[in-house]
Amino acid sequence: MTGPASPWTRDELLAVSASRLLRDGKVVFAGVGTPLVASILARSTHAPELTIVVEGGVVGPDVKAGQLPISTNEMAAARHAMMLTGITDTFLLAQRGFFDYGFLGLAQVDPYGNINSSLLGPRERPKVRLPGSGGASDIASLCGEVFIVTVHERRRFVERLDFVTSPGHLGPGLARREAGLVFGGPSRVITDLAELDFHPETRRMRVRALQPGVSLALVRERTGFELEASRPGALAPPTEAELSALRALR
Amino acid sequence: MSPADFVAARRAAEQKDHSLRDKRVGAVEAAELVRDGDHVAIGGCLYSRTPMAVLREVLRRRPRGLTLSRSLMCYEGDLFMVAGAVECVTTSWMGIGLPWGVSRTLRHCVETGQVRFDEWSHLALGLRYRAGAMGVPFLPTLTTLGSDLLEAGGARTMDCPFTGEKLCLVPALFPDVAVLHVHRADRHGNAQIDGYPHMDADLARAARVVILSAEEIVGPDELRRRGDATSIPFFTVDAVVEAPFGSFPHECFGRYHADLDAIGEYGRAVAERGVEATDEFLERWVWTPQTFADYLALFGGERLDLQRRRAAELLA
Repeated sequence: MTGPASPWTRDELLAVSASRLLRDGKVVFAGVGTPLVASILARSTHAPELTIVVEGGVVGPDVKAGQLPISTNEMAAARHAMMLTGITDTFLLAQRGFFDYGFLGLAQVDPYGNINSSLLGPRERPKVRLPGSGGASDIASLCGEVFIVTVHERRRFVERLDFVTSPGHLGPGLARREAGLVFGGPSRVITDLAELDFHPETRRMRVRALQPGVSLALVRERTGFELEASRPGALAPPTEAELSALRALR
Repeated sequence: MSPADFVAARRAAEQKDHSLRDKRVGAVEAAELVRDGDHVAIGGCLYSRTPMAVLREVLRRRPRGLTLSRSLMCYEGDLFMVAGAVECVTTSWMGIGLPWGVSRTLRHCVETGQVRFDEWSHLALGLRYRAGAMGVPFLPTLTTLGSDLLEAGGARTMDCPFTGEKLCLVPALFPDVAVLHVHRADRHGNAQIDGYPHMDADLARAARVVILSAEEIVGPDELRRRGDATSIPFFTVDAVVEAPFGSFPHECFGRYHADLDAIGEYGRAVAERGVEATDEFLERWVWTPQTFADYLALFGGERLDLQRRRAAELLA
């Protein structure tokens, strides 16, 4: 939880929690914003040999502190990269199975980890047109393991989506497998309130652990669907080392 | 021609003049190759290598009924929509850039039904261009299976004839015109791109007509010294336009950084005033400046130099 007295911001909490999911020696497909910040943070703390891949076609950039890119396709995102390649070919490396982790943000998520970032309201004449998938649907379909990172708001956590942009587990049991996605899928949801995962059979989201100072009741209040939670653990607060490494990037 | 009509696309490629002729023209003349109702595919990605010099002249001809496609569409899409030039935008994502959120102009045009937003995932769109580049009617992929994106755009599924696994098939895209901005080209249209290749090489192969602008036109012998760096062969290209700073205020890898102040000025104006702001920028950036030099003068030499230095610093 983040309040006025809190020693970290909401974005810092999300970045730190997300970075802890990334293990050393793996490859992470990271979009700009929190995913890229979390990945760079992981490299500077516990995972120095984590390789970052950026959608614009960048493998292994060494993004400079103070020069965080705001687009996945600009020079700053490609600094000291091992390889620069085309966008299509980058995603094909994901399809081929080389990217261990992918990150997703969202406008709406349902209990199965399906994500909407396309539109709100009817498809033919949307009430709200959003920017669209970009690479999100590809990341959701093709990466080894997908982490969803979002602010925890009731309007975002909904029982039914207006549009499925990015496939999560799709439904109970083997729904994802039956749709043709024989691998991957979301494994964790990181929010400013909790870390969540998915039941192995029902595939519905459940609370795994709570952020510092957050109650299960608050998580339920901010979620628009039924959440399973047997005995959620507690997430360790961001450490001084994590926060100072993070702040050095800005 | 239906999007996946690979036979007609091949015929058009066969009938092109394949000779090594001098294709250099001005941006105005190049823009005449775009006809009302065309599907125009735009090279680069978001605010990287946007072919601003040629797009400006395309707009100045006041075209109608275009479909615009691009991997990630930036505010050039807003300008075309508000100019009344566009019926449909085919893209995976459209915005101005992360800090400025979704464009109010985009929202207005799509939510009122003026413009159709044809959304594909980034890879699905890339594979549509690639299928076009390969001269085949579709490509199989695993992406977007199970999502609403798959059928909304017109992809199909099939069971793999070899393994029985379910596959997503994306139809080839053969644009009428591709407009690309590159680092170096010779007068015949052989082109070299530094840094991010984006989807440009596929666009050049997939499109019926290719308009190329280049930061620099080099002699054919100089280009041949780095034949391995040529990603677009001359016979795909119809027009070559010399346009230094041809993407500005968007970036051209290694040459100049994006002028984020200029992009941000547009982003903030649109966040405040929506379509009205896009209209003002159309006036300022497109209708008023008669030439691309006049347009660049709006930013001034100092700002161009600053972005040139920032690009050099990032490469250092």
